Amino acid sequence: MDLRPRSHPTYLAFVVHRVSGLLLALFLPLHFWALGTAISGEARFDGFLRWTENPLVKAAETGLVVLLAAHLAGGLRVMVLEFLGWRKRQKDMVALSAGLALLVGLLFLLNVV
Amino acid sequence: MAEPASLKVSVWRGGEQGDFARYEVPARANQTVLDVVTHIQRELDPSLAYRFACRVGMCGSCAMTVNGRARWTCRTHVRKVVGADGELELRPLANLPVIRDLAADLTPFFDKWQRAQGRFQPKDATDGAVPEEFAVVPPASKARREADAGIECIGCAVCYASCDVVTWNPDYLGPAALNRAWTLVNDVRDAGHGERLDAVAGDAGCHSCHSTQSCTERCPKNLDPSSAIAGLKRRLFWDTLLGRR
Repeated sequence: MDLRPRSHPTYLAFVVHRVSGLLLALFLPLHFWALGTAISGEARFDGFLRWTENPLVKAAETGLVVLLAAHLAGGLRVMVLEFLGWRKRQKDMVALSAGLALLVGLLFLLNVV
Repeated sequence: MAEPASLKVSVWRGGEQGDFARYEVPARANQTVLDVVTHIQRELDPSLAYRFACRVGMCGSCAMTVNGRARWTCRTHVRKVVGADGELELRPLANLPVIRDLAADLTPFFDKWQRAQGRFQPKDATDGAVPEEFAVVPPASKARREADAGIECIGCAVCYASCDVVTWNPDYLGPAALNRAWTLVNDVRDAGHGERLDAVAGDAGCHSCHSTQSCTERCPKNLDPSSAIAGLKRRLFWDTLLGRR
């Protein structure tokens, strides 16, 4: 794919929104599986929770939170541009969404460390 | 940027199947990309096919893909787009059939203006009669400002060639036709709103837009087709929700 015609901020925002949505969809079965372990026994679920204390898993969780926040902020951006008919400052909206997603990730990281 | 003494120009030759031919063109001050193409055709290879008319950014005939991006070539200065070593790559517009070399066939593009009901249908003169009075449209009214924002389109198809949704769905009406529809939806003198909104509401209409905003990014007239499409979506949403259509 030729990236030259697509290298501008609103296109990047579109890609981030789509890709974060896909990755979150891929994560969902894992999430349900983890919840499922609670049904099959307390010990198994506690074991799983201990495993999530692993720093690598925490780092992955932070990534997940950023993905969630990016998808939410990207979605809000699309709603704003479609429903409020805001002509100007589209790139500022992209920057704002990205900033919001990273801020949420940072807050999560501060909380877990 | 220091300007090289000559430009190394790769030009698409052939139809859908073809290849790049390379030409060396002397670099000049204030040279436009259209000047470069014209030099090649007049001095180096008279068989080169390309299209232009006004040369001053009014007619919308000369758009091509310059170094990967759709642009109007008559108002694109070489120094703004040329690579450091004087490389220029010219292709016909994307998303359209290639007639030959740099000339793309704009028929599908203008057919879609028709499909989007892009013609004015006067309310006061449906039978072609001349209305007795001029319509009074306050220029500062919200609808007129919306219409004015998109009215300067020159039909160059740069937005259409830059739109990925057109690439993915060849039936998609595209930014220019939808922008035209939005200007007419906001024209209080027009009587074809219902029919027009139906025409743009389908699967290949405004709801297919993913708001990548490449059209707005590339429009040489600095119009905002993306916002016009959002306007159509909004209008259709409320009209449907409130049972107005």
